[in-house]
Amino acid sequence: MTTKYETVIGLEVHVQLNTNSKIFCGCSTEFGKEPNENTCPVCLGLPGTLPVLNKKVVDYAIMAGLALNCDIAEYSKFDRKNYFYPDLPKAYQISQFDLPVAENGEIEIETEAGIFNIGVTRVHLEEDAGKLIHEGSIDKSKGSLVDYNRTGVPLIEIVSEPDMRTPAQAKAYLTELKMIMEYLDISDCNMEEGSLRCDANVSLRPVGQEEFGIKAELKNMNSFSAVEKGLEYEVKRQQELLDEGKKVVQETRTWDESLNKTISMRGKEEAHDYRYFPEPDLVPLEIDEAWKEEMQKEIPELPREKYKRFISELGLPEYDAGVLTGDKDLAVFFEEVLSDYDDPKNLSNWMMGEFLRLLNENGHSPFESGVSPINLAKMLKLIDQDIISGKIAKEVFEKMYNSGRDPETIVEEEGLKQISDQDELENIVDAIIEDNPDAVEDVENGKERAIGFLVGQVMKETRGKANPGLVNQMLRDKLMN
Amino acid sequence: MNIYDLTIHELKEKIAAGELTPAEIKKAYAARINEVEDRVKSYITITDELAEEELADYENKKEGLLAGIPIAVKDNMSTDGIKTSCGSKMLENYKPPYDATVVEKLNEAGAVIMGKTNMDEFAMGSSTENSAFFDTHNPWNLNHAPGGSSGGSAAAVAAGECAAALGSDTGGSIRQPASYCGVVGLKPTYGMVSRYGLVAFASSLDQIGPITKDVEDSAILMNVIAGHDPKDSTSIEGKKEDYTEYLKEDVSGMKIGIPEEYFNLEFDEEVKASVLAAVEKLKEAGAEVETVHMIDASYALAAYYVIAPAEASSNLARYDGVRYGLRSEQAADISEMFTNTRLEGFGDEVKRRIMIGTYALSSGYYDAYYLKAQKVRTLIKDDFDRIFNDFDLIITPTAPSTAIELESKSDPLEMYHTDIFTVPINIAGVPAMSVPCGFDSSEMPIGLQLIGPHFGEGKIIQAAYTLEKLLNIKEKRAEL
Ligand SMILES: [Zn+2]
Repeated sequence: MTTKYETVIGLEVHVQLNTNSKIFCGCSTEFGKEPNENTCPVCLGLPGTLPVLNKKVVDYAIMAGLALNCDIAEYSKFDRKNYFYPDLPKAYQISQFDLPVAENGEIEIETEAGIFNIGVTRVHLEEDAGKLIHEGSIDKSKGSLVDYNRTGVPLIEIVSEPDMRTPAQAKAYLTELKMIMEYLDISDCNMEEGSLRCDANVSLRPVGQEEFGIKAELKNMNSFSAVEKGLEYEVKRQQELLDEGKKVVQETRTWDESLNKTISMRGKEEAHDYRYFPEPDLVPLEIDEAWKEEMQKEIPELPREKYKRFISELGLPEYDAGVLTGDKDLAVFFEEVLSDYDDPKNLSNWMMGEFLRLLNENGHSPFESGVSPINLAKMLKLIDQDIISGKIAKEVFEKMYNSGRDPETIVEEEGLKQISDQDELENIVDAIIEDNPDAVEDVENGKERAIGFLVGQVMKETRGKANPGLVNQMLRDKLMN
Repeated sequence: MNIYDLTIHELKEKIAAGELTPAEIKKAYAARINEVEDRVKSYITITDELAEEELADYENKKEGLLAGIPIAVKDNMSTDGIKTSCGSKMLENYKPPYDATVVEKLNEAGAVIMGKTNMDEFAMGSSTENSAFFDTHNPWNLNHAPGGSSGGSAAAVAAGECAAALGSDTGGSIRQPASYCGVVGLKPTYGMVSRYGLVAFASSLDQIGPITKDVEDSAILMNVIAGHDPKDSTSIEGKKEDYTEYLKEDVSGMKIGIPEEYFNLEFDEEVKASVLAAVEKLKEAGAEVETVHMIDASYALAAYYVIAPAEASSNLARYDGVRYGLRSEQAADISEMFTNTRLEGFGDEVKRRIMIGTYALSSGYYDAYYLKAQKVRTLIKDDFDRIFNDFDLIITPTAPSTAIELESKSDPLEMYHTDIFTVPINIAGVPAMSVPCGFDSSEMPIGLQLIGPHFGEGKIIQAAYTLEKLLNIKEKRAEL
């Protein structure tokens, strides 16, 4: 089947910007407030009110545009998108129609199949709508309640070119976008909370054909896995239709997570005429070089560049580089430790092992734990200097994680220093030899493995503090001469 | 003279001289309202409680430019906790939770707000007959319309029901009723007065301005309401002028253009003669008057009746019954609620304009109507700019006739034509004032329109002030 058709996917991604206030009024954008608490006459669209553009929102849109390698418009404007819906208090959404803030970009993505460039058609600004709440379910509820807290929260819509050929590419593109927004620190990008939303256009065409097939628009994919599953389902559905000689209908379909399929939204989303026209209440936006340069300075090293640098300059395996750069804070943490510690691979092992395990268990982000980058560097040095053993280090690390204490203090106060003094170990080693005649005999008979057992006994006796290398040497000296 | 016939500056002088107290003034105006309101019907809401409160606060505000002065406000300007109906059933019981910027400024200046005045529904109309509630009557002849859409404000000023009023002007809604009612009406440069809190009709054309008994009052009121407002992105930044500095009896060397294409239109001969006679007086006083050629006003009218309804169709879409105002009881689902609410809540003229505007913005028609109208708009702007390169002011009649009789025009197109002289000014965004220049044979007032370049309010005020002195008719009041 897959050889017969080529899949064509384009994504429209809405990203809620994390400014403190809304796009056209001073209301807070804080999530989770009492319904309609974050509202004022302006975002409620009361008669006579007027929008005033929050400049920070434009800053963020310019940053997004630059990070997606777009051209930034010198002259941009806002337009009204007119439609009736109870969650839209003015019955029009202030958006951007023909002159978006940014256009003509592209980003690089990587899947198991390789590296691809995906075009970004445009990035435009708009205001979010409110939320309808139903008592019980939508069809049983006697009425609807409206919460306008979200109304006027700033959004950017990022429209891709139809450049993706597999659901995996679409997922990789979306992941890359999310990471870029997180690196820019302009959005929380939480799909479950709705700060990142994704619609997809999907069509199939015979391999080799230039012209696009008839597309379906896919909505309501509320997680990364839903995007992949929804697209996979839709590709399969369209393949089957085409194989049966049927036509794909151009329509909007919604992904139903519980049924694991896409469902036609027949009629509900029929072709709207939004009657766009320039918003007369706002003046056009002029973005000069100076503004662009100022925003360019705000852009940090982006995830893809960092990933490549971790591999080429730090010599990390691709897997490690992927995990560490996949979360901005994790990457920042990693690099902060590296400024005091110079074994990237050893550090990477610790971060991907113990650190991530504890973060996941506690639901923390990297900077929320008790471990500071400087303390982690100190602890790794303690291991490297044979002051603590790797095993003890795990214990020390957990204590650091929970208490925020300095590793040196922990080791000192709790007497966790490795015993590397032969005299101190002499009696313990001798006692273990005496208590384990069977194992000693095995060793004497050349069974190397029995040495390990005896080392283990010494470690147990010293509660892990003995320097295992030294103990091993001492046992060999005593038993194998 | 009666207290209710006095102007703002006369009242201020009498307060300063200790001859009148604000309480006496308020009482006199309230009594006047009591006396004539059932015949004139200027007000939708009389805000006596608010007026008393403001009066009580007089001591704190007595340095204000309007301290103790009774002012009326058109019912499309938001007043905190006070009904703001826009002359519509849709907002019959709507009480906004905030004050318009102009209302705040009136309050700060110590004004005593007497009430909210009648208007054509959502400011769409030229006679105030489109009010959902009742007609307002012209104080000069109660069988005539006061003009519109700020007919209530103009009638209230002419009838002595307030010292001065605020109106709004989208295509002539301050100037035309001022002309019909024999008072002074100024539409400022677009962006000069904040629109925050003015219920929008056509956002790119709407402006608030003063309706007053004389030119001096217009300057005083402008000093109160003009200026940049951070809540209105289209309001102009820059220094604020003292408009009273232009109250000078001097037009010598002032260059005035008389557009032939406007005077060649078919309109009332008495109006034409009166306006030209006034122009002659200015000439005698030293103004340089010349005939000029401009784009035919009918193009502006055509562009206006595309752009204004287009913006209105979007601005009025929010009246859907969900959050405030009327909600139809006759609805089984949300879509029916939208439809029936709007069906029941809006009057015919509003519906007509919403439909025209929706059509003009629809895909497939946008280029032919909206976009073309915007191009015409640019040409008209350029045309005015071209004239103002060489001239200080342009003079035309304000309206093609004196006040029309109530219920005399049933054809909407005929009604639209009464705006022919005023609409191009909104399209160009420049300021213009209607000032009384005489009376016709039925003793109905005639208005003359002075048009200035962007920010040319000062020049307009100076010429109008001079004309007022030359004509010596401003003491004449409507008899009721
Ligand atoms: Zn708000």
